[in-house]
Amino acid sequence: METKAFQRIYTQLTGITKATVTLKAQGIANEELALVHGRLAQVVKIIGDSVTLQIFSGTEGIPTNAEVIFYGEPPKLKVSDDLAGRFFDAYGNPLFGATEIEGDPREIGGPSVNPLRRKQPSELIATGIAGIDLNNTLVTGQKIPFFADPDQPYNQVMAMVALRAQADKIILGGMGLSNDDFLFFKNVFENAGALDRIVCFVNTTEQPPVERLLVPDMALTAAEYFATTKNEKVLVLLTDMTLYADALSIVSNRMDQIPSKDSMPGSLYSDLAKIYEKAVQLPDGGSITIIAVTTLSGGDITHAIPDNTGYITEGQLFLRTDSDTGKVIVDPFRSLSRLKQQVIGKKTREDHPQVMNAAVRLYADAANAKTKLENGFDLTEYDERALKFAHDYSEKLLAIDVNIDTNVMLDTAWELFAKYFSKTEVAIKNELVQKYWPN
Amino acid sequence: MKTTGTVTGIVSNLVIVEINGPVAQNEICYINLSGVNLMAEVIKVIGKLAYVQVFESTRGLKVGMPVEFQGHMLEVMLGPGLLSKNYDGLQHDLAKMKGIFLQRGDYTDALDYDSEWEFTPLVEAGAQVTAADWLGEVPENWVNHKIMVPFVMTDKYTIKSVASKGTYKITDTIAVLTNSKGEEFNVTMVQKWPVKKAITAYREKPRPFKIMETGVRVIDTLNPIAEGGTGFIPGPFGCGKTVLQHALAKQADADMIIMAACGERANEVVEIFAEFPYLEDPRTGRKLMERTTIICNTSNMPVAAREASVYTAMTIGEYYRSMGLKVLLLADSTSRWAQALREMSNRLEELPGPDAFPMDLSAIIANFYARAGFVYLNNGSTGSVTFIGTVSPAGGNLKEPVTESTKKAARCFYALSQQRADSKRYPAIDPMDSYSKYLEYPEIQEFLNKNISAEWHDQVMKTKNIIQRGKEASEQINILGDDGVPLEYHDRYWKSEILDFVVLQQDAFDKIDCNTPLKRQRYMLGKVMDICDTSFKFDSFEQCSTYYKRIINVLKQMNYSDFQSEEFNNYEKELNTILNERKA
Ligand SMILES: Nc1ncnc2c1ncn2[C@@H]1O[C@H](COP(=O)(O)OP(=O)(O)OP(=O)(O)O)[C@@H](O)[C@H]1O
Ligand SMILES: [Mg+2]
Repeated sequence: METKAFQRIYTQLTGITKATVTLKAQGIANEELALVHGRLAQVVKIIGDSVTLQIFSGTEGIPTNAEVIFYGEPPKLKVSDDLAGRFFDAYGNPLFGATEIEGDPREIGGPSVNPLRRKQPSELIATGIAGIDLNNTLVTGQKIPFFADPDQPYNQVMAMVALRAQADKIILGGMGLSNDDFLFFKNVFENAGALDRIVCFVNTTEQPPVERLLVPDMALTAAEYFATTKNEKVLVLLTDMTLYADALSIVSNRMDQIPSKDSMPGSLYSDLAKIYEKAVQLPDGGSITIIAVTTLSGGDITHAIPDNTGYITEGQLFLRTDSDTGKVIVDPFRSLSRLKQQVIGKKTREDHPQVMNAAVRLYADAANAKTKLENGFDLTEYDERALKFAHDYSEKLLAIDVNIDTNVMLDTAWELFAKYFSKTEVAIKNELVQKYWPN
Repeated sequence: MKTTGTVTGIVSNLVIVEINGPVAQNEICYINLSGVNLMAEVIKVIGKLAYVQVFESTRGLKVGMPVEFQGHMLEVMLGPGLLSKNYDGLQHDLAKMKGIFLQRGDYTDALDYDSEWEFTPLVEAGAQVTAADWLGEVPENWVNHKIMVPFVMTDKYTIKSVASKGTYKITDTIAVLTNSKGEEFNVTMVQKWPVKKAITAYREKPRPFKIMETGVRVIDTLNPIAEGGTGFIPGPFGCGKTVLQHALAKQADADMIIMAACGERANEVVEIFAEFPYLEDPRTGRKLMERTTIICNTSNMPVAAREASVYTAMTIGEYYRSMGLKVLLLADSTSRWAQALREMSNRLEELPGPDAFPMDLSAIIANFYARAGFVYLNNGSTGSVTFIGTVSPAGGNLKEPVTESTKKAARCFYALSQQRADSKRYPAIDPMDSYSKYLEYPEIQEFLNKNISAEWHDQVMKTKNIIQRGKEASEQINILGDDGVPLEYHDRYWKSEILDFVVLQQDAFDKIDCNTPLKRQRYMLGKVMDICDTSFKFDSFEQCSTYYKRIINVLKQMNYSDFQSEEFNNYEKELNTILNERKA
């Protein structure tokens, strides 16, 4: 952002903390940006003529006579079709020495859609992954995170989902992304020839954590541009929201706010909801779908970050390594897409809901059998079959490296049913059994 | 003259205003941000400084901007036209707002000033009246919307004149009243009321003595909610709070439903917008939207207005109660409201209570729940507000301040269990942990026995006992193994499983199963309890489980069939055949 001629320059700080500086200034607007000692800052508090600014990259080395220049406006992103195919930092500055883009400057973190103007999400997103398409079908306008332990390949899965999703635009918001992962995303998108559909806003682990607070708003402002002005189907990928929340807690701790659970700020729910609720199906066909990553520590979903996320999003996808097959699967028990009801059996084949439920139920029988085994009880003949079924189900359907069409998933499920069970054991509506049971 | 002031400080949505005159606690003011008015409420005053919480984003606000105080607290407009409306938390009509995005300060009218209403007077000149007495009525959808003496007019008045039958706009004078001093007051069809104050213009609030039918078996049969009663639904995310509330909104035996979407997902409200205009009220055949008003402050809407939204909803409920209607108020989720209180209390740097919630959280919640109730109006007719809120406990742990405070205030506790939700046993209401205090009221017991069946209350207690014993048996089986326990344990366990599958579990997405009228509940419970009272012969535990699974399957088919239809009767015959196979 360039400075303008009439801007007044201040050179006398009255206070410095780890995250903020304070000075005397007048006519300053709440949330406007400023440059403090060459670092970007935002107004967070005004009491009389005393203005407090939060410095995104921290206050280390800032002297009391630092130069402060106010911009007179809140953070903005220039939006236009030029965004497509571009990589930006958290402030919206182009990376790799690229030129600034031209466009209409829009405030980031703007207002939300009037709920009455929204449409019910109803368009299926196919990913080829049965753990998603078969068991937890995604819909445009949905918001859903992957809950994954840090060692799981969530970024790979997300990139795969994004490329297969047939979105008009894919917007990546990387927060605390390792440089390797960033380059991974860049390569995958490049190799897929999808660069013209991609926009990236990235804060890497090498950059100050607080900067990443801008990333989701930047990404979603770009998304809103394409979804509202161009009526496009936009997919927003946010990884990793746990690191975003960590940055929130850093700020609130430094500003001496009273922490609530797990030393997170009391406003965590609202802060996250403001981001996720940008997911929307618009009346003119445009949509914003958000797929995020929330990394867990030790699989604990009662921690404030996954817990609040669960209360906000429309389901969650659990990644887990199946000990039987050694493959990464989308866990059928703990994963849930709450919007799948809108499409399964309606936009997919009629037997979808019943096949999905039957398969998960039989998989649960296998899990019980496994527990029995572990507790030293004898297995029945049925238990043995259930265990074999579970192995095949995991390998042929749940594994995330399987890429097939939904109809093939359904056919595969029927084959496995027929191979291991009787019709009564599968207990699907007779009408469907007659039509689909393999002979 | 209105008090004015200027902004002197801004901390997020807490704004400090230097004032030039008197202001009241909770008074409303507007901050003028370059021509856009931002609504705010006074929450603290120190000397010349008023601390106000702004119901909007304060981005761009500057020191020195002018503020105008309004001389009243946060109020709602009450009058014909509230039904079927979709409001934000401050009662602005969402339909009248421009554009796709919500704009700050786009404060639309709650009621329609141009629409005309067919007024019929209910009193004559000379009559003595006071607050909440009915002066006349206008048809609103299918409700006879009573035009009342405004709630603020608590003196005794004589009717000087009342408008004759005809069409009027809401702001037309429909009656002139005089007080004992001879002063005259013009009454229109619309009045205002501050949302944080309970409307108490009724004669008496007895203990609730009737139950409200909801069609949800695990509620009506096991832990019924009283008409005018209170209940709450705590549960971890994804366990079915919202689905359950939507079921109540669709099926409950109420004249009017108010849904406060308080800090939850916009898409869930969109579902209501999309479905309710088409779905039918099972009792009247009218469209559900005709009896519904939605107050919507979804999680992305301004946080401060969230707190207001539940009060707005309650006030509208009390208004319709004063007309002699049965109102059901649903709020999803009251935890979000409590969190809004927490955010503000932290900004005010108040001494925090447990989990950083404000110290007076319990009192605030208790106060709110106390506004529900069954009442006798001045003219002897009855009305009620039944309130059911959801609670979203952090980490699903019920030992947290909002759940604990609500437990003290609400009389029904419908605890959703993660375990039941995980095993898809919906609605996931835990049959053992949940309770309805109303079952202990002698007047409710009498009502149940009189209106459902003579021994109903005893039967319900017996049902609970079977479920309890079944649970104990299942624990033993898990510890000792299938073979390690007497066969009788399996029998006991499976009998409780019948109750679980046939009475407790209910498919909210099945056209027929979703709603079970009381008569049908009585029939099915009787059927299942008969089975529980019967002894069957088994040789092995496998035989036992296979047999009971067959029984469960047929009973479930009955649940999915129209009551006493041919299909239903056929399943019943099949059931009887199965039962005769093994009767001891
Ligand atoms: N009675 C039911 N019958 C069938 N499915 C149900 C039932 N109740 C809940 N579900 C399933 O559980 C999912 C989550 O339910 P719901 O949205 O009501 O949870 P919630 O408790 O409100 O969660 P949150 O706290 O996150 O809002 C639903 O999308 C649905 O798939
Ligand atoms: Mg919910």
